[in-house]
Amino acid sequence: MAYKSARLMDRGVKGILLAAAFLAVAIVFTIGLFILRQALPAFSQIGVFRLLSGTEWRPSQSIFGLLPMILGSLLVTLGAIVMGVPLALGCAILMAEIAPRSITAVIRPAVQLLGGIPSVVFGLFGMRVLVPLIRQIPVPSNTGFSILAASIVLAVMILPTITTVSEDAIRAVSGDYRDASLALGATKWQTIVGVVLPAARSGIVASVVLGIGRALGETMAMIMVIGNSVIIPQPLNDNPLTILLSQARTLTGNIAVEIGYSSGLQTNALYATGVVLFLLTILINSLAHALVKERAI
Amino acid sequence: MSEETKLQTDNLDLYYNKFKALNHISVHIPANRITAVIGPSGCGKSTFLRAFNRMNELIPDVRVEGQVLLDGQDVFALDEVELRRRVGMVFQRPNPFPKSIYDNVAYGPRAHGIHNHQMLDAIVERSLRSAAIWDEVKDELGKSALRLSGGQQQRLCIARALAVEPEVILMDEPASALDPSATLRIEELMQQLKAEYTILIVTHNMQQAARASDYTAFFMMDDNRAGTLVEFGPTRQIFTNPRDHRTEDYISGRFG
Repeated sequence: MAYKSARLMDRGVKGILLAAAFLAVAIVFTIGLFILRQALPAFSQIGVFRLLSGTEWRPSQSIFGLLPMILGSLLVTLGAIVMGVPLALGCAILMAEIAPRSITAVIRPAVQLLGGIPSVVFGLFGMRVLVPLIRQIPVPSNTGFSILAASIVLAVMILPTITTVSEDAIRAVSGDYRDASLALGATKWQTIVGVVLPAARSGIVASVVLGIGRALGETMAMIMVIGNSVIIPQPLNDNPLTILLSQARTLTGNIAVEIGYSSGLQTNALYATGVVLFLLTILINSLAHALVKERAI
Repeated sequence: MSEETKLQTDNLDLYYNKFKALNHISVHIPANRITAVIGPSGCGKSTFLRAFNRMNELIPDVRVEGQVLLDGQDVFALDEVELRRRVGMVFQRPNPFPKSIYDNVAYGPRAHGIHNHQMLDAIVERSLRSAAIWDEVKDELGKSALRLSGGQQQRLCIARALAVEPEVILMDEPASALDPSATLRIEELMQQLKAEYTILIVTHNMQQAARASDYTAFFMMDDNRAGTLVEFGPTRQIFTNPRDHRTEDYISGRFG
């Protein structure tokens, strides 16, 4: 009797878990379909190519080109990765391989706390501290609201994700590899670079992909520091680096800034912005995974 | 014994925190011979082995007292990186890196600054030949080492250790994870290697010690569970005419 009820329980639990998993998948599809359906008029009336390659976005004249926002999103994400990944990896390597427990016990909670700060607070900090600082750089028409400010804020925001996931990946590398390397007379640093990091590569790449996802999706903090001008980011003077001082608008910001008062085709175009964002994330994800697979041995 | 001494310990004590794992070990390991370390589980055989390349130091709170000498030099006065280049190690579980066969063998030389392709090619071939695995892998040096069989992986690990041209090879139960034929190949290989290297091998397998080694050290736990050296001598003598009754009891299978 007890056996039978245990079997029944077993089946019941399996059913519940299956339903939960199915619900999750169903929600993803529902959201995807909803966005796609709302975006379809934009794709059919404006045209996919013109929507993606158009350099101007003027809703009042029914001109909807997303290229400035695509570039804006890509540039801030790139900037965040360039600044954030070395920092995060450094933290992860330090915590997993080098620092004694007493130091790790301070750094880890601090980094994790960073992950718990609401993005609007990051935005506030960026707006009130970073933007005025950047405004001091003597370049004409530099307002401080810039790709640079957005990249710095994003770099800090993706730090906890990349650090935590990378640290786990590094810790998961078998101690046998470390022993083998050290026993061959390699130094600790040679061991980290030559064996540990390559062995942890897929986990590290996964952490960066998560970071990119977070960076592409970040909205509030971006709106607050990037200026939101619909322009193709360009250097402000002869120095190409001043492109970092250019204002920009991200795909996420585009939706958030305009959805409140939009109507008609503009609303559809904003949904299309969401579709582009979605596809961009998937694209970068699969690129990263292909990269790992190709180099894995 | 008129053999030249390669490795030596004098009153070696080793503590894990407060626990004493090795108690007053004094022994001379002869050069260009195979010395087997036998004894029941937990008697400190591996710890003793790792004293010679200072791998015990990687464990926190390890303390060593007494002397460990390589060619009469105190190993604690040597740089541990230099020491480990001279004293190579093969582990219990085959642990090739998740890299190609070539990169596994070239790892040590590269870590020591050799980047010339011709030199690396020569080192890799020579090491793989010495480890008796060249003929099996020469056409697929780019293949992942993890795709080799367990026995091949262990011979690759031996090749990897040989590539940095050590003087001593420490083997920590190198065949315990292998099948009998792979074990036999490792033992044959050891006989070839002893012309150039001093080999110290920990083994659980008494038949292996009896047939493969020239000298045998028998370890046991004392009353405080610290490892002590009961008897050291030529393998033939240890197995046919041990001086200590505990050795005889262990060898005849009365315990352990």
